[in-house]
Amino acid sequence: MPDATPRRQPAVTYDVAIVGSGAGGGMTAHALTRAGASVVMLEAGEMWDNTKDSAMFKMPYDSPRRGASTPERPFGEWDACIGGWQVPGEPYTKAEGTKFDWWRARMLGGRTNHWGRISLRFGPDDFRRKTLDGLGDDWPITYDDVKPWYDEVDKLIGIFGSIENLPNDPDGIFHDAPAPRYYEHLVKQTSDRMGVTCIPARLSIITKPHNGRAPCHFCGQCNRGCMTNSNFSSPNVLILPALRTGRLKLVTNAMAREVLTGADGRATGVAYIDKTTGEDREVRAKVVVLAASACESARILLNSRSSRHPNGIANQSGVVGKYLTDTTGTDVAGFIPRLVDVPRHNADGVGGGHIFMPWWLDNKKLDFPRGYHIEVWGGLGAPGYGFMGGIQNYPEGGGYGPGLKQQYRKYWGATVGFSGRGEMVPNAKSFCELDPEVKDRWGIPVLRFHWEWRDHEYQQVKHMQETFRALIAEMGGEVWSPMPTKEQGYGIANGGAIIHELGCVRMGTSERDSALDGNCRAWDCDNLFVTDGGPFVSQADKNPTWTIMALAMRTSAFITEQRKAGAL
Amino acid sequence: MTDISRREALQGLAAIPAGLALSPEMLERARAHVSDALGDQGTTPAARQAQPAAYVPKQFTPDEWRLVRLLVDYVIPRDATSGSATDAGVPEFMDFILGEYASNRTWMKDGLGWMNAECRRRFGKGFVSCTDGQRRELLDAIAFPRKAAPEVKAGVEFFNRFRNMTASGFYSSRIGVADLGYIGNRPVAKWEGTPPEVLKKLGL
Repeated sequence: MPDATPRRQPAVTYDVAIVGSGAGGGMTAHALTRAGASVVMLEAGEMWDNTKDSAMFKMPYDSPRRGASTPERPFGEWDACIGGWQVPGEPYTKAEGTKFDWWRARMLGGRTNHWGRISLRFGPDDFRRKTLDGLGDDWPITYDDVKPWYDEVDKLIGIFGSIENLPNDPDGIFHDAPAPRYYEHLVKQTSDRMGVTCIPARLSIITKPHNGRAPCHFCGQCNRGCMTNSNFSSPNVLILPALRTGRLKLVTNAMAREVLTGADGRATGVAYIDKTTGEDREVRAKVVVLAASACESARILLNSRSSRHPNGIANQSGVVGKYLTDTTGTDVAGFIPRLVDVPRHNADGVGGGHIFMPWWLDNKKLDFPRGYHIEVWGGLGAPGYGFMGGIQNYPEGGGYGPGLKQQYRKYWGATVGFSGRGEMVPNAKSFCELDPEVKDRWGIPVLRFHWEWRDHEYQQVKHMQETFRALIAEMGGEVWSPMPTKEQGYGIANGGAIIHELGCVRMGTSERDSALDGNCRAWDCDNLFVTDGGPFVSQADKNPTWTIMALAMRTSAFITEQRKAGAL
Repeated sequence: MTDISRREALQGLAAIPAGLALSPEMLERARAHVSDALGDQGTTPAARQAQPAAYVPKQFTPDEWRLVRLLVDYVIPRDATSGSATDAGVPEFMDFILGEYASNRTWMKDGLGWMNAECRRRFGKGFVSCTDGQRRELLDAIAFPRKAAPEVKAGVEFFNRFRNMTASGFYSSRIGVADLGYIGNRPVAKWEGTPPEVLKKLGL
């Protein structure tokens, strides 16, 4: 990148610079500002405030689009999250034969505006998989190291769930979980008969007043951003309180380019592009924390090259970008005759399932090594664009006229679907690296992805398909789609499709084979940390957000300790 | 609208506690659409009726527009419960969607063309000029994919999509939402779970 004009020299040196405002960045900013640090946060997208910007309570007819997606909101025009698998001006490339889709959120709060609030702790086994089955690697830390931080996250943010005493799905500090919807009662009864563990969901939605926030009012529109902040997203639960300390400087539309270092190799700040003007800028800080999402943080590290860090910072082992994983996923839905003509009632509930199935089987007795959990969907949700598409698949086989209207009425709410979300074992062929040619609109080298599922994942997804089909059959239902074949990968979603990328800035016990130590600190740069999904050593079948935040809080406590000791 | 849902909807709104941090504006919006879903005429000032006469389509030719307006009402006609697809503004919705989502233009235009061509093959005139009986004969041939003859495959595929889009537009309209009896997307003071009478009906 030619640098004809020198960057404007910043006047201030902050204690900490954070790149990214999602779960990891938000938590880091919250914890460090509370501990007295001055913090500057760079966010690549725009401001967002749920209390003002949310589309909560909009009815489908309030827009001529009826809730359909837009280029910047692939999950529908009222979805809070601005982003997608394609972001204008920010390309990425894929190696020959690779199927991988990279989601980016571009707004304050990042992906916490998008997710389903499923907030599962990793269990004790999830931190030591290599010890248990010889695959992948153990974490350098254990559940016991993280447990107190999970507790703190529960207390700060709030989560509902139920005490179950399951060995690898640790309980948290829970608000009461909402009672099941009608179809969830049926799924629960069916699961019980089939020996599938089915318990109340664990979502970061509060069901009683919590730290000044009002409880959930059960409008079912969490994904639009909650006007009352009754669910968790980073802006209103973490970043606004951080701003209120007066110690957080927020810079939006700031696209990070690289970590700046001094002659001694230590981080001195972050170079970024002001997207509103296209100009190069920088912030200076004593500590730099990357929380830009796993792959984006890997990209920033790989782009941070200097004589002291010729392969990129934190990358003396060459591991940055490697061992990229995503959650495995597949879905099956069916028509349940028993639910035809469901009496009308408000079945919205929270914006997510009220029940789920944690992994319930023993992999030693199966032909794949890791588990999955099951999410359940159905109900009488707000009609909108795409309403009951494919009416010809119901028993009448189609039609038109008054009889067709009757079909829509009686079959609405009679579909139940299952989504499997499973653990991928990290492998050497799934990774990202800098593309040698392609650059984004600001001239920053972009990522090139390589992806390969292995039999571990294919066999697991086959098991999901078989299980979901058996559940639907046991409910007396008919599955909509035929069982996908081996050639179709048993219906496995593309890498990146489930939006849980993890592990490409992994932590470890040695600087030879990991980027970070057990405190998420770069081995080769003692004032550089990563607090997003990058440090993960294994995927687990749990959604990663709660663990990202527990680790971010833990790392923030370590930074605070080191600062107090004068070491940072 | 069943008694359960009406009672629940009104109770739900009456019982919102002051502790819920909802602005008066949000509450009013919630009230407006609940009463709307309950069919309380006149409580929402917004125009209930589509104004087809004044509307000039941007994506359809005049001939296509006449065909679309006829066809949507064959799919979703007026009945004892609710109005028709044209009452609900479905043609205008389709015009908007085609304008915004270009991928829908080709199948729509090709399909409308197929409908006219098939009518000419069968009856010697376009769909709009056919009798009601002739139109129904064609619809019967394409509206049931499992029973349809292979030579009308193009018509079946078009009609599947056209019916989907008609349903999208109708059931997301005020008329359609009220027809379905959807009463959610509004604040509920206390989540009681599924009403016992619903569980009883479903045998759960």
